Amino acid sequence: MSGSALPPFQRLLDAEREVVWRYLVSMVGVNDAEDCFQETFVSALRAYPRLRPGSNVRAWVLTIAHRKALDAHRARARRATPIADPTVAGDLGASSPSAHDAAFPQDAQLWEAVGELPARQRSAVVLRYVADLPHRDIATAIGCSEQAARRSLHEGLTKLRKVVQV
Amino acid sequence: MSKPMTGTAERVEQALRRRRTSAPEVNDSRNGAGRRERDARAAASAARRLSERIVHEGLADISYAPADSPFGSLLLAATKRGLARVAFPEEDVDEVLDRLATRISPRIVEAAGPLEAMRRELDEYFEGRRRRFELALDWTLVGPFARRVLGAASEIPYGGVLSYAQVAAQAGSPRGSRAAGNALGANPIPIVVPCHRVLRRGGALGGYAGGLERKRFLLELEGTASARG
Repeated sequence: MSGSALPPFQRLLDAEREVVWRYLVSMVGVNDAEDCFQETFVSALRAYPRLRPGSNVRAWVLTIAHRKALDAHRARARRATPIADPTVAGDLGASSPSAHDAAFPQDAQLWEAVGELPARQRSAVVLRYVADLPHRDIATAIGCSEQAARRSLHEGLTKLRKVVQV
Repeated sequence: MSKPMTGTAERVEQALRRRRTSAPEVNDSRNGAGRRERDARAAASAARRLSERIVHEGLADISYAPADSPFGSLLLAATKRGLARVAFPEEDVDEVLDRLATRISPRIVEAAGPLEAMRRELDEYFEGRRRRFELALDWTLVGPFARRVLGAASEIPYGGVLSYAQVAAQAGSPRGSRAAGNALGANPIPIVVPCHRVLRRGGALGGYAGGLERKRFLLELEGTASARG
């Protein structure tokens, strides 16, 4: 145990738990989100004392969440259907019906389409619009260049537009 | 993005943003606030389960939790070695935790589990059913001289008192009553390490970091005859 200028981990958890949760629900669905959430923050806690003070904590923890989401996808792919897994799509869109879902019936369809995007495009879209990250941090989180992150985001959005246009 | 697509692009982006956390412009019920609330609740309860797991698996270096007392809500913080900090209600929680992060480790989580036994001992003490704390202590926040001073204070039995000069003498510096007073005033584990049992010669209360009212309260609770001043 050595001292450092990092804030208490609990503060990070309080500040980032919602964005991580939302990201994971959008990436792997409600059913797998809990496990991914736990794995994300357990890994973050282990690595935490080595984080450089002043780092972008949100991008850092979403990097870990992104890896956990990919792990969950791989595990699911080994278990069953690779792409259009109806439980994932269902989770992403209309897991539990609400006033919101009634007011925005097209959202369920849109999230279904998000669930069918290739992993990197899906991550880029979710990090941009759900986690509200700038391109630079999206690149950090998914481990690519900023250029590549912009491209993935653009490709993802182009596909989603086609869905919505239908 | 090409012009003819703009209308659709905006609709897509708006729809995607309805899931967002920090977007004041979409902060009303028509735009998915229900879902956001649901997400917030789910995230909070997942975080609570996470904290308990972290502590259960011994991944945190420090856990903390509030504890009720006649003084209001105390903050207890413990390492694996034992109780390291008791903070009074008026102390700034963020500052207390920042200091623990700097001095001991930033792996700090809020979890009541490890502090349950400590809370129970405090409850019993405040109900007058406990005269001696058995919980383990972590002295990491205390320097070597202060450690001797607080050690001497810990030897004072329930209901008893010593003077600052006597405590200083027991800590090995008979002329250091002022320094002893400073060490007692900076006691990171008040109540449990009974710095309140140290008075001025003649029985005047002297000082107390938690306020003289509390010092008097503790001495009266312990039935100390000379709880005046």
